Amino acid sequence: MALRCAVVGSGNIGSDLIKKILKSDNLEASLLVGIDPESDGLKRAAELGVPTTAAGVDYLLDRASDYDIVFEATSAAVHAANAPKFADAGLFALDLTPAAVGPYVVPAVNLDDVVDQRNLNLVTCGGQATVPIVAAISRVAQVSYAEIVSTVSSRAAGPGTRANIDEFTETTSNALVKVGGAQRGKAIIILNPANPPIIMRNTVFAAVPADTDPQAIIDSIEEMAESVKRYVPGYELVNAPQIDRGAGPDGSTKVAVFLRVTGAGDYLPEYAGNLDIITAASVAVAERLAAAAGKVK
Amino acid sequence: MSEFKKPMDSPVISPEGDVAPLAGKNVLVCDTTLRDGMHSVAHQFTTENVAEIARGLDASGVNVIEVTHGDGLGGSSFNYGFGAATDLDWIRAARAEITTAKLAALLLPGIGTIHDLQQAKDAGIDLVRVATHCTEADISIEHLHAAKALGLETVGFLMMSHMVGPNRLATEAEIMRDAGADTVYVVDSAGAMLPHQVAQRVEAMRERLGDDMPIGMHAHNNLGSGVPNALAAVAAGASIVDGSCHGLGAGAGNAATEVLSAALDRSGASTTVHTLELIDVAEDIVARICAGKLPKIDRGSLLLGYAGIYSSFLLHTRRAAERYGVSEAEILLELGRRRVVGGQEDMIIDVAIEMSGIDSPM
Repeated sequence: MALRCAVVGSGNIGSDLIKKILKSDNLEASLLVGIDPESDGLKRAAELGVPTTAAGVDYLLDRASDYDIVFEATSAAVHAANAPKFADAGLFALDLTPAAVGPYVVPAVNLDDVVDQRNLNLVTCGGQATVPIVAAISRVAQVSYAEIVSTVSSRAAGPGTRANIDEFTETTSNALVKVGGAQRGKAIIILNPANPPIIMRNTVFAAVPADTDPQAIIDSIEEMAESVKRYVPGYELVNAPQIDRGAGPDGSTKVAVFLRVTGAGDYLPEYAGNLDIITAASVAVAERLAAAAGKVK
Repeated sequence: MSEFKKPMDSPVISPEGDVAPLAGKNVLVCDTTLRDGMHSVAHQFTTENVAEIARGLDASGVNVIEVTHGDGLGGSSFNYGFGAATDLDWIRAARAEITTAKLAALLLPGIGTIHDLQQAKDAGIDLVRVATHCTEADISIEHLHAAKALGLETVGFLMMSHMVGPNRLATEAEIMRDAGADTVYVVDSAGAMLPHQVAQRVEAMRERLGDDMPIGMHAHNNLGSGVPNALAAVAAGASIVDGSCHGLGAGAGNAATEVLSAALDRSGASTTVHTLELIDVAEDIVARICAGKLPKIDRGSLLLGYAGIYSSFLLHTRRAAERYGVSEAEILLELGRRRVVGGQEDMIIDVAIEMSGIDSPM
C-alpha cells in the first residue's frame, strides 16, 4: 500500500503536487483540500479521480487517520495555525509555505539529517534551486558570503508569492546559511513579465578564499547538479561556473553559477520551473518517507 | 563657494508679450544624485562625499534628496555592485547635513525588505520610494503598508514605464495609490521615452487618479530627452520631477537637476530651488568628486534608450564585455531580445559567457 497523501491548498502549488503524486507508485493522492468549491484546482483534481473537499482543513482533521502525509500549500500564516493540529493528529507535515515551523529540507543536501522530523519546511523555490549549489561549494571551500538571484515569470508567481516577497528573500537567505553552509546569505527575487514567459533562472554567487582550487569547486557543483536532476529533471547548469580570483569582497575569489529550471509541465506550462522545483522536492521527501515506512513498490 | 552673491536674483529676462508655458505651475524638485547617481560611480561615494553633496543640495533648495545604493536599500551585492559604505551610513551622513529638504530612500521589493526600511527610518529618512517593474505594482503593497505604518511619506515608482501603454500604467499606479502611495511616478528607467509619450502616461494617471493625486516623472537622458521629458510631464500635470547633478545616474544619466531647474525657471514654473546655487553644487562639488565618471550619450547609453533596456545595465555590461572579450553593443542588444527587466544584471554575465563561446558543462 502506498503512503496516503493529503494536499491542503488548491492553488498552483497544490494542483501541481496532485499531478506529481499521481505519477508516483509509492504515493497515493488521497485528498485535495480547498476552501472554494469553484476553484480550478479542485475541479481538475476531481476530474482526475482525486477525492476533494471545499470544507477546509477541518474535513481532513476529522478523519486524520485516513492519511499519512499532509502537504501544506497554503500560506505561512495558515500553516503556522495548522502545524500543531497536524502534529496532534499524528500526520507527517511537508510545509511548502515560508512558515518554517520545522527544519528546512533540501533533498540533495540534508534529507538524511532531518528525515526523522515530523514537520519539514521546503524553504522556497529559489532556495530549492540554489541551496544545493552553495552546499556544493561549501563542501570544498569556506563560503564567507553567498548570494542568489531568482528570476521567475510573472505568470508563475501567484498571489501568495506576490504578497510574501520579503518572506521569500528572508527564508532563502536563512537557508543559504543553515543548509548551504555559507557564513552570510542574501537572496534577490525578480519577476519578469515577458511574453512568451521566461523559464525560471537562478544565479548563485559565492565568495571563497583566494587559494581555493577552481577545479574542485567545478567538480563539486557538477556532481550536485546531477543529484538535484534526479528528482527535478529540468534542472541544469546553463554555462560553465565562473571563478574569478580577487573579484570578491576583501580579495576573495568570486564564484558565479548559472542555472535554469524547466518545469515538467504538470499543472502550469514548463516555464514555471519555480513551481516544479519545490513540488518535486517535496515529493522526493515523501518518496523517502515511503521507503522508510517500507511502502515502496 | 561662488561669485554669485545674491542667488535669489534670476537672470531670466522674458521678452514682452511672451507667455511662459508653465506659468502658474508649482513644481517640486527631487534630486537623486546620491541614489541614481551612485550608478555612475559604481556605488563608491564615501560618507564624506554624501555629506558634502547633501549639504549643497539642501542649501540650494531642492525639496527631496534621495540617498541609497543605486539599486535601493539592500542593493549592495555581487549582482549590483558592493557599496563603499552601507545604506544606513550614507543615510546618516546625509541626515546630519539636511535641514530643509526631505530625505528619501529607494526600496525595490525583492531586493530590499521591510526590515531594511525600518532601519532606514531609524537612520532618519522622511520618505520612501517603493519601486517595481511597471506591471508588478502588487508586490509593493506590503511595503507601502509598512511605510505608512512607520509614518513615512510614500512614493510608488513604476520602473520601465515605456514597456506598457498609458492605461495599463494608470492601473498599476492605482494599485500603488490604493496601497498607500502618496505620489505615483512615471519612471523612464530605459531613457526610451519621448515627450509626447511621457505626457500621455501622466495624463492617463491623472485621469484615473484625479487632479489631487501628485504625479512625478523620473527621466533618463539616453535619447537626449531627459529635461524635455520632465518638462512635458509638468505640462501634462506632474507636480514633482527628478534630476541629478550633471545628470549623474545610470546609462546616459538622469535629467540634470541644474538644467531642469533653469528650464523650469525659464518656463515660468515656480520652484523653491535657487538655480544659480544648484549650478555651483553641480560644477564645484559633484563634477569634482566624479571627475572622469560623468555620464554621457555614447554608443552604449544610446543603445539602452534605442532598444529600451534598463539603464543600470550599462557599466556592468562594459565590465563584462572587457572580461570576456565580447562586444558591449552586442550584449546590450541580446539583453533586449531576451526581454530582461530591471534587476536581472546576472543575465549580463550569462550573455557575455555565451557570446564568448566558453563550453557549457552539461
